[in-house]
Amino acid sequence: MTAAPHPSTHPPAASEASAETSSRTERLSRVVIRFAGDSGDGMQLTGDRFTSETASFGNDLSTLPNFPAEIRAPAGTLGGVSSFQLHFADHDILTPGDAVDVLVAMNPAALKANLADLRPGGELLVNSDEFDSRALTKAGYDASPLDDDSLQGYRLHPVPLTSLTVEALKEFGLSRKEAQRAKNMFALGLLSWMYHRPTEGTEKFLKSKFAKKPEIAAANIAAFKAGWNFGETTEDFAVSYEIAPAADTFPSGTYRNISGNLALSYGLLTAARQADLPLFLGSYPITPASDILHELSKHKNFGVRTFQAEDEIAAAGAALGAAFGGSLAVTSNSGPGMALKSETIGLAVALELPMVIVDIQRGGPSTGLPTKTEQADLLQTMYGRNGEAPVPIVAPRTPADCFDAALEAVRIALTYRTPVYLLSDGYLANGTEPWRIPELHELPDLRVNFADGPNHTLDDGTEVFWPYKRDPLTLARPWAIPGTPGLEHRIGGIEKQDGSGSISYDPANHDFMVRTRQAKVDGVWVPDVEVDDPHGANTLVLGWGSTYGPVTAAVRRLRRAGERIAQAHLRHVSPFPRNLGEVLGRYERVVVPEMNLGQLATLLRARYLVDVHSHTQVSGMPFKAEQLAAVLKEEIHAA
Amino acid sequence: MRLELSARDFKSDQEVRWCPGCGDYAILSAVQGFMPELGVARENIVFISGIGCSSRFPYYMNTYGMHSIHGRAPAIATGLAVSRPDLSVWVVTGDGDALSIGGNHLIHALRRNVNLKILLFNNRIYGLTKGQYSPTSELGKITKSTPMGSLDAPFNPVSLALGAEASFVARTVDSDRKHLTEVLRAAHRHPGTALVEIYQNCNIFNDGAFEVLKDRQQAQESVIRLEHGRPVRFGADGAKGVVRDRATGELKVVEVTPQNEADVLVHDAHAASPTTAFALSRLADPQTLHHTPIGVFRDVERPVYDTTMADQLEAAVEQHGKGDLAAVLAGTDTWSR
Repeated sequence: MTAAPHPSTHPPAASEASAETSSRTERLSRVVIRFAGDSGDGMQLTGDRFTSETASFGNDLSTLPNFPAEIRAPAGTLGGVSSFQLHFADHDILTPGDAVDVLVAMNPAALKANLADLRPGGELLVNSDEFDSRALTKAGYDASPLDDDSLQGYRLHPVPLTSLTVEALKEFGLSRKEAQRAKNMFALGLLSWMYHRPTEGTEKFLKSKFAKKPEIAAANIAAFKAGWNFGETTEDFAVSYEIAPAADTFPSGTYRNISGNLALSYGLLTAARQADLPLFLGSYPITPASDILHELSKHKNFGVRTFQAEDEIAAAGAALGAAFGGSLAVTSNSGPGMALKSETIGLAVALELPMVIVDIQRGGPSTGLPTKTEQADLLQTMYGRNGEAPVPIVAPRTPADCFDAALEAVRIALTYRTPVYLLSDGYLANGTEPWRIPELHELPDLRVNFADGPNHTLDDGTEVFWPYKRDPLTLARPWAIPGTPGLEHRIGGIEKQDGSGSISYDPANHDFMVRTRQAKVDGVWVPDVEVDDPHGANTLVLGWGSTYGPVTAAVRRLRRAGERIAQAHLRHVSPFPRNLGEVLGRYERVVVPEMNLGQLATLLRARYLVDVHSHTQVSGMPFKAEQLAAVLKEEIHAA
Repeated sequence: MRLELSARDFKSDQEVRWCPGCGDYAILSAVQGFMPELGVARENIVFISGIGCSSRFPYYMNTYGMHSIHGRAPAIATGLAVSRPDLSVWVVTGDGDALSIGGNHLIHALRRNVNLKILLFNNRIYGLTKGQYSPTSELGKITKSTPMGSLDAPFNPVSLALGAEASFVARTVDSDRKHLTEVLRAAHRHPGTALVEIYQNCNIFNDGAFEVLKDRQQAQESVIRLEHGRPVRFGADGAKGVVRDRATGELKVVEVTPQNEADVLVHDAHAASPTTAFALSRLADPQTLHHTPIGVFRDVERPVYDTTMADQLEAAVEQHGKGDLAAVLAGTDTWSR
């Protein structure tokens, strides 16, 4: 996926691709591969490596890791299956793919849990060594599916991956158990051969990962090469596939593959540099947000202070304290942690200090689905505080977009002196895509001015500092940090007198302050929402956040099939873009797909009195483009 | 230095709104009187409080200040102190704020040893919510929420702090300005978190809670003044002393005689182990407050969180050079178009 304009014509999907058979190589336009195995089989690592190879080869790509919340669920069970899906293509793509073209199943449980997603006729590579009666029973098979005809609808490749790996490594003097652990690298080697992936990167990676254990590095590399050679020499794999680099779809520049959480962390690091402020992160470990704490704690040489607090309340509190002191303050969390931070965010609203609250949404309520995605915190971030406590909300649309969205959240926080939610989710957090690395000179200037002297003259001519005397344009109050002589002042959660900031219980003043805080957030400048409507459609599909990929892919499908549909996508959910009401009013029918029970739809109906059609899914998984296209097609024809 | 400040310089323009006769007035006055001797400019001093009567304190200090939310002041102050090691950060809290809703933040601030001075005003009652029992109220206390008496065993804040690895723990009394000031002075000198429990009279909802420690005659038998390096003796003419029970290792109060005089405990606030300080904290009877030690229980140096965090940032620059954003963004696996 890229943020680049979409080409007007699109190559056909793989299933429709003309397969030019040139001796032993077929040319495909796109492929979806899923590696699936036990939690301990190293599937995430295998997927990551295949992704890196694919990225450096120059395909466009999108990934979907999917793993259980348990670190080591009982081995061999359905609950312990971990998978990594990768969609790559010679053109720009938007999602990790719906149907899987190639499934690698490392054990019976992985087969059972993933087979339904493999398209008919798809390639099915299974580790036949693991299909013994004990493993079959654990996965709930009465008989081995390799021995009956239940898999005849697929191109089945039973490969004894474990024993082949052990055999390949017999000269390394490893125990059988140690040697077996390299079977994921054997599988990676085989798939790398099948799809003509470059191999240098993986060899380099293994050498550096096992730098302290060179014999383990050598064994893994040997297993990787053995897998490659197995593909080349075995008749079962007579055909390999080429997917050309997606040369035309990327703007020129230097690229890397990046996950949402990494892009978000880099966005914060970059924002601090652009604002010329020290970065402070208060956090408490929670899936799937912890990566941000891990990443930022690596960058102490940028002056980044990361603070692992005793709980999410303290994490938010410490960030707010740092904001008072003049840091670019951030707190990151997910799920139930969000609930704990509400009171502190309310205080940040009252204090009118800049702060970014990162919420990597996951399945809820309560502990919910810690490793799965959802968009169900929208109304909580919008309204989940006592009193009238408006907060701007910025929602990234793709993994790489998390970088830009972080800069945008910081811009709003610093300009308007307000807490801002950065509302990502588990799908964006762990998914990856190519990212054009920005040149430093392209980055926005986020510098701020701290207050440095009196800003008000009393009737008697005395020059004083008023902490709540606002900028008339932004309604932001001055940021006067401790250490500034003459600006000593006290702020707090009790209602303040407009201007002076002294405690005030005056009814008229409270009414004024409540309305002013709301007006400040309503007045945050956000760009107009853009509508993509090449054919003058009657139906508009409006998404927000991480549904961008599947929605856009569905829209492309529909347009290829001759349907007319308009698309718009919200990055700013609070405040809404100024032109949103006008845009909604232009269409006969507005459809809003969301991974919740219709939270954005509720907001739109309340605000614009538009009969929004809500399409929802809360399965912990992103929308599939094909299913979404079918739903939208019905909506188009019902309009 | 131009810092010729007086107590008046630390008075803000806000009208003080505690109940007439509240012990908080005496503490405010003592703090304002003591601040000038710190030699710290007003702009570099920050008072952060939570919620409760005592937490109005920052409004009355002409320094930077934040009146935050219930129980969270230590967390907020931690973020400020670690990101701004140049500041002198003070937390003002009460027994409900620090020990009930904010107990978690308090113990973690103490174990981290952040450079915070925490003043815990203990009046053994909830004042701002008009008279419910607090985590330091005595067992059986009759209050609005406990008409048949409180069922909760109270916390001893000094014992709690010592258990939480505090490096500085002291107790003083609102009405004893000299002692209060001495303790504040010691707290300020201490690098790291200092917890000062201040017994404070709530004349509306718990009047006379500490009378046994204030009434001259009773105090002689009730108050044990701890002074580093001095034998722990109290009572008329120091007739009583604290000795270690050889059988149990615990501390006990005895009549001092020529035979046992040499056995009287000599107070060592700098002892590496908190064991004896803890034993001292257990001498007081939680119901009657008889044998209540005041003074500095513990004052030891150990690494200060904000300093060690700043050291890590410096070490990171030494090891890896100053952060190079372009290099980080590019990473190691890139390709060009």
